[in-house]
Amino acid sequence: MENLIALLVAAPLLGAAVLLCGGRRLDRIGHWLGTVLAAGSFLIGAVLFVDMIGKGADDRALHQKLFSWVPVESFQADIAFQLDQLSMTFVLLITGVGTLIHVYSIGYMEHDERRRRFFGYLNLFLAAMLLLVLADNYLLLYFGWEGVGLASYLLIGFWQHKPSAATAAKKAFLVNRVGDIGLSIAIMLMFTTFGTFAFGPVLEATGDTGEGKLTAIGLMLLLAACGKSAQVPLQSWLGDAMEGPTPVSALIHAATMVTAGVYLIVRSGAIFDAAPTAQLVVTVVGAVTLLFGAIVGCAKDDIKKALAGSTMSQIGYMILAAGLGPIGYAFAIMHLVTHGFFKAGLFLGAGSVMHGMNDEVDMRKYGGLRKYMPVTFITFGLGYLALIGFPGLSGFFSKDKIIEAAFAAGGTQGWILGAATLLGAGLTAFYMTRVMLMTFFGEKRWQPDADGNEPHPHESPSSMTIPMIVLAFGSVFAGGFFGIGDRFVNWLEPVTKFEHPHPPISIPVITGATIAVLLLGVAAAYLQYGRKPIPVVAPRGSLLTRAARRDLLQDDFNHVVLVRGGEHLTRSLVYLDHKGVDGVVNGTAAAVGGLSGRLRKLQNGYARSYAVSMFGGTAILIAATLLMRAV
Amino acid sequence: MNPVNYLYLASLLFTIGAAGVLIRRNAIVVFMCVELMLNACNLALVTFSRMHGNLDGQIIAFFTMVVAAAEVVVGLAIIVSLFRSRHSASVDDASLMKL
Repeated sequence: MENLIALLVAAPLLGAAVLLCGGRRLDRIGHWLGTVLAAGSFLIGAVLFVDMIGKGADDRALHQKLFSWVPVESFQADIAFQLDQLSMTFVLLITGVGTLIHVYSIGYMEHDERRRRFFGYLNLFLAAMLLLVLADNYLLLYFGWEGVGLASYLLIGFWQHKPSAATAAKKAFLVNRVGDIGLSIAIMLMFTTFGTFAFGPVLEATGDTGEGKLTAIGLMLLLAACGKSAQVPLQSWLGDAMEGPTPVSALIHAATMVTAGVYLIVRSGAIFDAAPTAQLVVTVVGAVTLLFGAIVGCAKDDIKKALAGSTMSQIGYMILAAGLGPIGYAFAIMHLVTHGFFKAGLFLGAGSVMHGMNDEVDMRKYGGLRKYMPVTFITFGLGYLALIGFPGLSGFFSKDKIIEAAFAAGGTQGWILGAATLLGAGLTAFYMTRVMLMTFFGEKRWQPDADGNEPHPHESPSSMTIPMIVLAFGSVFAGGFFGIGDRFVNWLEPVTKFEHPHPPISIPVITGATIAVLLLGVAAAYLQYGRKPIPVVAPRGSLLTRAARRDLLQDDFNHVVLVRGGEHLTRSLVYLDHKGVDGVVNGTAAAVGGLSGRLRKLQNGYARSYAVSMFGGTAILIAATLLMRAV
Repeated sequence: MNPVNYLYLASLLFTIGAAGVLIRRNAIVVFMCVELMLNACNLALVTFSRMHGNLDGQIIAFFTMVVAAAEVVVGLAIIVSLFRSRHSASVDDASLMKL
């Protein structure tokens, strides 16, 4: 069975290689090839999964070593895989949702002449992401991590003829790079601390290592997670990444790639458990981001950017849960999986709406679409209910658990985190209801575009609707399936450990409060967007609205602090170089020139003055010699 | 007689010669002062030879005389041709070797 693990990665990698190198003769079958290989990877994953659940809980982990990658003295890096319950969960999510999105893309990218290349990139992404979650050491994980960053760059900038897409791709790449530096530093620290970077030895050795070093490693890992998972302060790329084709947003920026940070933190749980300071920072980052994303999501009129804000916010929940330690790891991953279902479904729904509306993304120009796109409406609606945590659907089970765990963090910290998660739940209900109402309800508000083409909203082809239906099923039932009887927690328990959270207030009260906040959010959105007609041109709005429309000034902040700061730094360095370094060099040259100009005067051509210097020199030499003798 | 007195005389002669070389402008006089310095040296060498009781200093003095004779031949020739071309024997006039 171990030998199948490499095939999981190899199948999409082969697809990427064939599609990207194969040239135009593959244009007609390229998309099928890519989809089949993704599905093949999913099937292998399913076979391994069936095999895994047939074994006892403690010996489910599989290991496969392919070859030694960098064998140098004590530095031993292997291409080796580890498939345990945590990796298995990710493998099924990545290949499952990935395959569905491949199918969807067949329809969505039908009219794009570079469709083959698109599928090649998608396969490359799958391969890199699978490598990331299957690696059994941090160095190989880093390889996958960078591969994911590359695939993300290629896919965001897929429509590179649009300058905005090219810029967004570069922005995502650069911001991710900041996080990657964190990961590389963490790996170096691990090597100096533990002498290895394989998961097993590193995570077992945390017990007898100084807390300071573990805190440093933890914070560097958190920086990496912030970059990849779009957490404050490295969140600015996610909104712009919506420039990519919608399936990319669904696959990479909602369901899989952005969850890599959560995976990293949960995988490194033993390090964070031994470093409470790093854990605290993780929860703070999670809490800040979940509110940040939710506030941004409330103000965006671009349907994909509203969903991007939501993604940021939901991953904030996961990071927060991952920062809570053993009481939160399993819930973080559970929310990650259910979120994978409903957020992918929501993005695909948004893509379906755009497909029917001539690629219009402004929700103020939608309205009343439920009559025109019934399937999209129902699947999007189910995803919406799951996301806001409507009782009985997926999001309810997973998010409620995170809120309970947050309250159970203990003391003031628990109350603050709990309040943040509750507030986030209310905001989630508000912005998602807003998206729902503006898109599918109310009067139709679309108008002919500049060329006089009036959009004719229509349902999308079945290649697009079927994945949406499958994902809608997941959105509805996954949470209940995982949550009832702690099935998911028991599944992950051997890897992530688990402690039952004991919140200071009883669990039914928290659940009741969550539902109350949820209804409050829905009602507030209904009063503002359901009862009143929605203006086609956005009103000016309050100061907070205007700030949130500008992503709470994240770009302005980055511009002022980082760009300007960087410019000033480089200018002063250039100044220093010109005046300081060049000054020393030029000054030395000028001094030597000036001095020699003076010395030249000694060469006056008069024999008698030469004679004087000869006599003088001789006299000095003799005097010096006598002096030395005397001493 | 104390041989140190010869050394005093030699250094006096050398000083006079050196001062003459530095101060006088007439090439002939400068030349004569150089000869004076050479002879002061010879005197010192011979005195040392006497003081140490060996012949080394006297032999070097012979060498010095040979060199001085050769120098006189070359030096006077230069001064004569210089005077012929410039109608002056002043050493300061021959100051072309400067930038």
